[in-house]
Formats: sequence, structure tokens, C-alpha cells
Amino acid sequence: MGMTMTQKILAAHVDGVKELKAGQLIEANLDLVLGNDITAPIAIKEMEKMNVRGVFDKSKIALVPDHFTPNRDIKSAENCKIMREFAIRNDITHYFEIGEMGIEHALLPEKGLTVAGDLIIGADSHTCTYGALGAFSTGVGSTDMAAGMAIGKAWFKVPAAIRFNLTGKLNKWVSGKDVILHIIGMIGVDGALYKSMEFVGDGIKNLSMDDRFTIANMAIEAGAKNGIFPVDELALEYMKAHSDKPYTIYEADFDAVYDEDYPIDLSTIRPTVSFPHLPENAKTIDEIISAYPEGLKIDQVVIGSCTNGRIDDLRTAALVMKGRKVAKGMRCIVIPATQKIYLEAVEEGLIKTFIEAGAVVSTPTCGPCWGGFLGVLASGERCVSTTNRNFVGRMGHVDSEIYLASPAVAAASSITGVISSPEAF
Amino acid sequence: MKTAKGNVFKYGDNVDTDVIIPARLLNTFDPAELGSHCMEDIDSDFVKKVKNGDIIVATKNFGCGSSREHAPIAIKAAGISVVIAETFARIFYRNAINIGLPIIECPAAAQGISLGDVVEVDFNTGLINNLTQGQSYQGQAFPPFMQKIIDVGGLVNYVNSL
Repeated sequence: MGMTMTQKILAAHVDGVKELKAGQLIEANLDLVLGNDITAPIAIKEMEKMNVRGVFDKSKIALVPDHFTPNRDIKSAENCKIMREFAIRNDITHYFEIGEMGIEHALLPEKGLTVAGDLIIGADSHTCTYGALGAFSTGVGSTDMAAGMAIGKAWFKVPAAIRFNLTGKLNKWVSGKDVILHIIGMIGVDGALYKSMEFVGDGIKNLSMDDRFTIANMAIEAGAKNGIFPVDELALEYMKAHSDKPYTIYEADFDAVYDEDYPIDLSTIRPTVSFPHLPENAKTIDEIISAYPEGLKIDQVVIGSCTNGRIDDLRTAALVMKGRKVAKGMRCIVIPATQKIYLEAVEEGLIKTFIEAGAVVSTPTCGPCWGGFLGVLASGERCVSTTNRNFVGRMGHVDSEIYLASPAVAAASSITGVISSPEAF
Repeated sequence: MKTAKGNVFKYGDNVDTDVIIPARLLNTFDPAELGSHCMEDIDSDFVKKVKNGDIIVATKNFGCGSSREHAPIAIKAAGISVVIAETFARIFYRNAINIGLPIIECPAAAQGISLGDVVEVDFNTGLINNLTQGQSYQGQAFPPFMQKIIDVGGLVNYVNSL
């Protein structure tokens, strides 16, 4: 029986195994173990209880202080200190201090640490992002991270898969974010529970790498173990530009088995917004406009995060906001995901556009996405956000609301003060 | 722990990690502090009423969202002896096993058990007895590999046993 792309990568990382099938329990060798300032301190404490002398490989661990940083409060500062001291003590190659860091899932591909064929675990649920480059990557908890750092292995149940056959081309102002919100709306927040989401088809060549990172990033929001794209010319170009790590291209067997098959015609996807309080509550902009003829008033817009803080996202937002002003009473917060993206945005004049429009621009941080700090919502407030979750209380008060959208829709909404698409401009 | 017995707190689909323990409190990983805020954003009575040994029963996709291990840690520290659900989100599932919070997937029990029922669980057999309603359900037993992690008391001890 044939294997899926995911199953092939897993099989290549299990000693003495050539073939795997869904449901099998395996112990796999890891190429990279990731943690952040929230999850790594627990992992470090747990690792210290293990009978090991140190980490399995100091060059295969990435530590990124991005969640409560630059330090929100004393407790956060203490957690960052635990991670920093651990990194120094163990001579961790890929520890990224403030000033060189970025939001982890934008940073690691940019630094060339994630390449095709890798098996990566990260103590952060959005670790599935690297599937855009043809890697198997998945989120785990701190104890898994601890074991990963100690012995370079993790246990997995080999996942079954769902296949999405992408065809056609996205229309103007429609992006990878609209694609993944549409898919989650279709299959639900547990539609891919324990499974791989494998994206195939002719339409992939029409998706930018940033679109693919966004789509893979939100696989977890459908409950998936991972999301993965085949490695094409564009992915190879990206890796060549960012990495000197050796990569391996795996392809699904022709007779691989999929639990479900979904055709997705990219040309039919509309700007899509997920309403509170689940990413599956997806509505097209047309449905929203007809349901709210007066407009659905919002108080804040956030453009950034591991989902949508990349340069394509900022370019799109700036294109919408150029020469326009943020609506009166609106707070618009723009967060480039890495220092490199921030600098590119400065050089391209995007930051000037945002500031002239009346937005604030922050140094890279996960802050507002998860209600950590910087952009926390009061009761009754609504935010259109390019982030990935709109759970109850996620961005602040339990009675606040988050509407997940693309950078184009978020930027347009910041100008009009109601949920809008730039198509109307 | 071979059995659990306690009062049931009942929840619906998609209980996410942000409501189990919100991000604003993740500047600590002290179990007692996390436990004292467990579930507060969807059930402010939970921490006032929960007693050692009590049981959480929920329907689909319990623990969806973040990878924060703080979520199962908070539930365990609040005194919960076992979580029964129709399905669990995958990261929560492995985190619970890795830190030694017992969890059981059992759709029939998740549907049949109500808030306030007294329920008994036998971890060896996977048998779930609803003493209030006089019903019993067969929960799914763990595969041997996971049972081994549970038997030694979590992933840290498992690594140490290698």
C-alpha cells in the first residue's frame, strides 16, 4: 500500500523501517526541536529531571523568545532568563536574542533552519507552518520538547491524511488566508483531527511561499497533525535563498490512501472572515455585507503574527492603506514578524505608509494574537485580526470578539471602521 | 492510581486551551497558581466547586488550540482525576499522557453523563460507571506503547527508563 508524503518523511526518520501505515506508533529521529519563552522554561525544568548529560545536539535546537517579549513583566523576564541561561550553558547554536529574533514560525524558515524532508517538533501549536517547504512539522507540548532536546526523538502515531486538490488561481485581494479560512469553514475545527492535510494540484504554482506558509500554519486550526505542500520550483528557490542545509524531497506514492479528497478551485475563493468564537465560523465578505447592510463596526485591527506578518502581508496591507487614514476611534496595530521583514518594510516605505495612515508599528512579538500584551481588548470590543484563533477571551476580555481575516480585509476594515474588502475601494 | 471517583463537571464541544488557562496567566508555570484559574473564562464556579478526585466530561475536540502544557497541568492541579471526552485535540492528548493526567476517549460516556453525576473509572479495564444514572460504558484502552509511558508516570520517567 502506498504512503502519503507525510508517512514517507516519518518512515525515513525511524531506524530500520521502510514502510509505515496510518495508526502505527513510532519513535522518530528529530531534525529540529523548537521552543519559546512560554513553553521552553517548563521543558528545561523537565529535562533537568532526565538522566542525561545535556542536549542531544546543540545545533538542532531553536529557542525563540517571542511570546511575552520584549519582556511584559517581571515573571516573563524571569522565564526568558531561564531560557537564555539554558541556551548559554548548553551553547545552543540557534538561540535568538531580542534584536535578532522574530516570531518563531516566520523566523526559522527565514534563517534556513527548516527545509524539505525535515522532521521538526516545536512546543508551539503553529509549528505546522514548515509544511509549506515540504517538511513534516508538528506542535507538541513542553515535556515532548524536553525529551526531544534530551534524546532527539519523539513518539508519534502515524497519521492518516486528507487531500486537498488545489486548482486555478486566486483573484486580486484574495490570499492564502482566505483559502485556509474557507477550508476550515468547510471541514470544521476538528475536521482533520489527528490527520495530515496534504495539499496537491496545479493551483499550488499560483500560490506565493507566504501564502503557503499561511495555509500550513493554520492546519492545526482544523485539528490536523500537520499540513504539507509538495516541493516545487518556488519552494526550491526559497530554500536556496535562505538555507545551506541539505534537503530531501519526498513525494506521495501514486497509490497513497486518503480518508477524504476535497477539490478546491482557487478562483472561486472569496475574501473570507471567521466570526467569533471559532475559526470554523467562516463567512464570505459578500455574506457579511448582505447580513450587515450598515456595516459591522469594529474597534481594533491587528496585522501581524506567525500567520500573516510576512512581507507579502505587509505589502498588501500598505497597498490598501496608502494615502488613506485609519477610521476615527479605530486602533490599528501592525507587527512585522521578523527583524528582516521589519527592515524590508522600512526600506520599501511600507512603515511610512502605516504611520501616515495612523497605525502603530511594533517590534516583532506574538503579543496581541494571544492576548498576552500590546493590543488587549476591553469588554464588548471587536477586533479584525490577521491572526489564527478567535476563541473566547483569546485577545483580552471574555466579552470581546475576534474576526479572523486576511491582511487585505484587515487593512480595508481599519480604514472604513467596519468589516470591509478593498474590492469596494 | 488505578481508579477515580468523583462529581462530574460537564462541558460541550471544542473546549479550547485559552479557556482552560488563558494566556494572560502564562507568565507562571506554578501548578497551584495555574490550577486556581482553571476554566475561569467559561465556568467561574469551577475552581470554587471542584474537589479532589472530580471528573471533567466533555464532547468533541477537548483541549483544542495551543500547545501549552499549562492546560493539562492546571486541570491536574485543580484536583481533576480524569477527563472523559468524545475526542481530544491531538496536542492536548499527548500532553496529558506525558504529564500523567489520565484521559479517556468514550463517545457514549461523553454523551450520556450529565453535570453533577457521580462517576467511577477503572483505569485498568477502561470501564466507566455512572453511579448516579446506573449506566456503564467501555472506554478505549491505551495502546501498549502509551500505557508504558503512563505506567512509569509520564515521559520524563519513560526517558529515564530507556
